[in-house]
This record gives sequence, structure tokens and C-alpha cells, in this order.
Amino acid sequence: MKHKTFFWFILPTFLAMLIFIFLPLISIFLQSIHTPHENVLMTVENCDPFGCKKVTSIDHDAINDLKKTEPLGKFVGLDIYFDRGHLAIENVKMLWKKDNNFFQFIKALSDLPFYKAIFFTLTFTFTVTPIMLVLGFLIALSVNTISKKLRGIIIFFSLLPMIVTPLIGSIILFWMIDSRGIIGNLIQWLLSDPDLSLKASTSLTWIMLIVYGVWHAIPFSFIVFYAGLQTVPKDQLESAKIDGANKFEEVIYIIIPHLMPLITFVALMQLMDNFRVFEPIVGFSAEAHATSLSWIIFNDLGGETRQLSAAATSSILTIIGVIILLSPVLLRTWKDFKFKK
Amino acid sequence: MKKISSNRFSILIYSFIIIWVFLASFPFFWTFWGSFKVELDFFSISDWYNAVTGKNTFDTYNSQFTGAGYEGAWVQEEFWRSFVNSAIVCFFVVLTSLTIGTLGAYALSRSNYKYTFWLLITALIFRAMPPITLVAGYLPPFFEWNIWGILPTTIIVLVSINQPFTLWMLHSFFQNIPKELDESAKVDGCSQFQAFRHVIIPVMWPGVVTTGLFSFLLAYNDFAVTAMLLSDENRTMIPKIAAFLGTTYTEGNVMFAVAAVVSATVPLFILVMFFQKKIVSGLTQGAVKG
Repeated sequence: MKHKTFFWFILPTFLAMLIFIFLPLISIFLQSIHTPHENVLMTVENCDPFGCKKVTSIDHDAINDLKKTEPLGKFVGLDIYFDRGHLAIENVKMLWKKDNNFFQFIKALSDLPFYKAIFFTLTFTFTVTPIMLVLGFLIALSVNTISKKLRGIIIFFSLLPMIVTPLIGSIILFWMIDSRGIIGNLIQWLLSDPDLSLKASTSLTWIMLIVYGVWHAIPFSFIVFYAGLQTVPKDQLESAKIDGANKFEEVIYIIIPHLMPLITFVALMQLMDNFRVFEPIVGFSAEAHATSLSWIIFNDLGGETRQLSAAATSSILTIIGVIILLSPVLLRTWKDFKFKK
Repeated sequence: MKKISSNRFSILIYSFIIIWVFLASFPFFWTFWGSFKVELDFFSISDWYNAVTGKNTFDTYNSQFTGAGYEGAWVQEEFWRSFVNSAIVCFFVVLTSLTIGTLGAYALSRSNYKYTFWLLITALIFRAMPPITLVAGYLPPFFEWNIWGILPTTIIVLVSINQPFTLWMLHSFFQNIPKELDESAKVDGCSQFQAFRHVIIPVMWPGVVTTGLFSFLLAYNDFAVTAMLLSDENRTMIPKIAAFLGTTYTEGNVMFAVAAVVSATVPLFILVMFFQKKIVSGLTQGAVKG
């Protein structure tokens, strides 16, 4: 395709991404290294027949001047990155000196809001992803052995947890897990503890969120692996059977190697998706026990105060995290492209 | 001996599948059933079986089912407004995404220059970024220009942040269409655009529909961006439900929220029913192509 034709075809989508993704990125970077101007106070001496009084008031002219010369706010460099709400360098140094025990250090670190969010986000990402891979694979293998007539209806029901809006899915489960809901009741009965509430404990809240994450993610791996199973070469399976391989050996030596590219694909997509975990925390009202990076940004942005600089800084840090997670995919795409040439 | 073990094996497999299907679908049926009950039944302190029989619902309304939750949500809390807003947002997001997405993805799939690769890689990075990270960048200019809170702004933002996804998906569909098809059209005297419009798009149609489904889901399911960019009266369904959670709990109208949640799930249910094959092909498309 000629350069000129290419240009006109790509222009609308290019502009959309430039204006609404690239420029906002620049904007959040700039916001993250500036803080809003503080009010400039001035002291005026008001003298009247009864004496002189000093009055402190806001100097609007001075603020307007400042806003004109520095529209972005006061330049603070990386101060916001290092403050208590983000990387909290000072606190981390102090804790590092104080705690000799590594586990105590981690525990103390998790009281800092940003590290608390990082720990949950990483725990969620790296537990949900392997569990959903294994369960999705097992379901795909099972469905692949049963009658073809039943498969359509099973796929229909299997799609529901993934298609449903994440916020709605988590709210639905939350209502069932509520101590007055059906699952909550069941667990109370099973453990014969009528006062048990899943919401009250941090570890149970984490487990609840992870269970939701797996429930929501299984259909994706199931569908992809199921489609992959249809492409496993039949002759290989047959010759393995002749050689006396049992079902388990077939899976280990033929099916899994054949599906390996799909497994990496699903794993990487899931790492990216789970890293942005956010809606379940709102749906489960779990913010007291578990927060994520996305939740911190949302929380800073909302409410009356709208702390844009803080949110922008968390956003930049989150994006850095995403890029680190994504680096294997980027490398692979680069290799693919070179190979294609 | 062998026969017995293979029987046992298939029993194991069937029970595994039944458990999964139950876990996947039961929450929806349970909530749907419960949405026609009163709060004391759906959140039963005394006996969970009340939620099935609707004992308290019968005491209040003289019937096992009641539409009170739906009436409260749709009429009293004006959930229909959010439904209309959602419909408008989804319609325009899908339409715009597909229009500019097919043009862009077609160009990307028919060009082998270096900048093609860099555009695709940039789109991939953009796609991986959580949309919420960009919101801090939207708010100051939107407030400045007084375009915050209205539907058109949100539609354009949703189109743009979903564009990387749309581009990648359509790109992989276009790759499946042989380039000889455009070439022969061009030999017959078509311009590149005519070849695209009259030859490629008709062949591409299934892929366009599949991508449309996914961009519909992205717009419909979005919570973070719509909650931040829409004013209270312009809310779509999902942020409206989140707002319900805050207010209705305190007012004792939880059943309004339950009814709203079920109402917002029904369109998705219908979507899966009609487009199951398309959704499956869309999910596997990226995977198989790599």
C-alpha cells in the first residue's frame, strides 16, 4: 500500500489514539511532577480610628499571576512519587533499618497504602492466573470427551461468568456470600459458626476476591483450550495409543506441548487483565481489606477533592508495572515481525 | 476390568462438568429468582429456604412473586434513563469503533513498512494499560472546556481507548483475507478505497460483526471510565448500579439494586444466546493467530 493511501486510511484511528491516549499520557506525567499552587496569603494592616489590625487574606492577584506563569502548578519533581501515599521512601528506609526479619519488614510495608495495593494486586494476579489455566484446561479436556450434542449448551453456560459485567458479577456473588445469603449461610452451617462473616477478615476477603477472579476468568481459558484441542493431530494420538500410552501420558506428552503457544497466550492476557483488578473490590465493598492499584487511582479521582496529582502519579507507576509485565509479549511480537519479513 | 475403570472415568468427567456448569450458571438463576422476592426472603436471616418459596413475599403481596423491586428501580429510581443512556453509548461506540477501526486495521494489514510495526506495538502497549490510568489526564481539559459529564465526550473516549483492542482484533481477521483479492480488484480498475469498500468488507463481514460484539461488551461493561466521566443524570447502567449500592442499602431498598442488576444482565444473556458462535470465534481468533 502506498504511503499516502495508508495515511488516509489510518488517520481517524491514529488521531483518536493520539488525542485520547497519547496526550493524556503526557498530561498525567506532567501532573505527576507538579502540585497545585497553594494559596498565596497576604497580611494587610487595616487601620481605623480604634487602632490597627493585621488581617490575613488570600491574594487572588498573586495566585492568578502564578497560574499564568506556571499553569501546571508548582514543579516538585519526583516528590509525589516518594511521598507517603506512593513509594514512601522515607518510611521504607526507616522500616528497613528497624526490622531485621524480612517477613516483619514485608508485614510492616503492607501497612503503607501503596504497598498494600501492590501486594494485593500481585497476589491476585499470580494466584488467579495459574488456577484459571489449570481449571480451564481440565474443563476443556472433559468437555472434549463428551457427546457433541451436549457441548453447545455447556459452552453457553460457561460463557456467562466471563461475559457478565465484572461489577455485576461480583455484586451477585457478594449478595450470595453475605452472611444472610445462601453461600454465607452454607459456610456458617458447614463450620457451625453462626457469626462467621466473610467480610470481616482480611484473609477471607482475599480468598473471596480470588475465587471471584477465577470464576470470571475460567471461561476464557476453557474456550481457547477447547478450540485448541480440536486441532490436535489425530494420528499422533492414535500412534501414542498403539505404543501403549494411557490418557494421562497422552495429555502430558502430546496435548500440552501442542497447546503450549495457546497456554502462553492465555497466561499473558490474563496477567494483563488481572493486574488491572478493580471492579470486584467495589462490588465486594472490600476496600478495607484489599485495595489494588486501579482502585487507588479511582479513589483519588473520586469524591469532592479529586486529587489529580496523586492519581496521576499512581497511574504512571501502574503503567510502568504493566510494561514490565508486558515485556515478554513485546519481545515476541518483535520477533514475529522480523520473522515475517 | 478395563471397562469398569473407563466407566468410572466418565462418571468423574461428567460430575466435573456438572459442577462447573452449576457454579457458572447458578448465581444468575438464583439472583433472577430472588429478584422477584422481598428483601427478607432474598437475604434470609431465619431460613435460606425462604428465598426459594418466598414465604415473606407471600405474606406481604399475597403471591410468591412480586415486581416491586423492578418497579422501584425502573420507575421510582428512574433506571430507564440509565438504560437509554447505555443504549445510546453502546450504539455510537460500536458504530464509530468499527468505522475507524476497519479503515485503520485494513491499512495496517496491507502494509509492510517499519512504521506499521511500531503502530501495532504502540497499540498493544495502549491496550494493556488499564483505562482508569488515563482518566486523570481527561479531567482538567474536560472541566476547562465544559464538556465533562455529557454522553458524546464519554462516547469518544470509550471509542478511543478501545481502539487498540479493535485494531488488533480486526487486524488478525484482515490477515486471513488473501491480498490477491485487493490486487485483482485494483487490476479491474478499483481504487484502494473502492477495493476495500466493495470487495474486502463483504468478505470481512463476519469478522466485523464479531469485533462489533466485543466493542459492544467493552462499552456496556465499562465502569471505571463512565463512572468518572458522566454526571449523575447522564449515568449509564453500570455506574448507576454502583450508585444504588451506596444509597439503597441505607434506605433499605436493596431489592431495587437486585432488580437493576438482573435488568442489566438480561441483554448480555440474550447476546450470548444469539451470538455464542461469534463470541467463541472472537475469543479464539487472537489466540490461534498469535
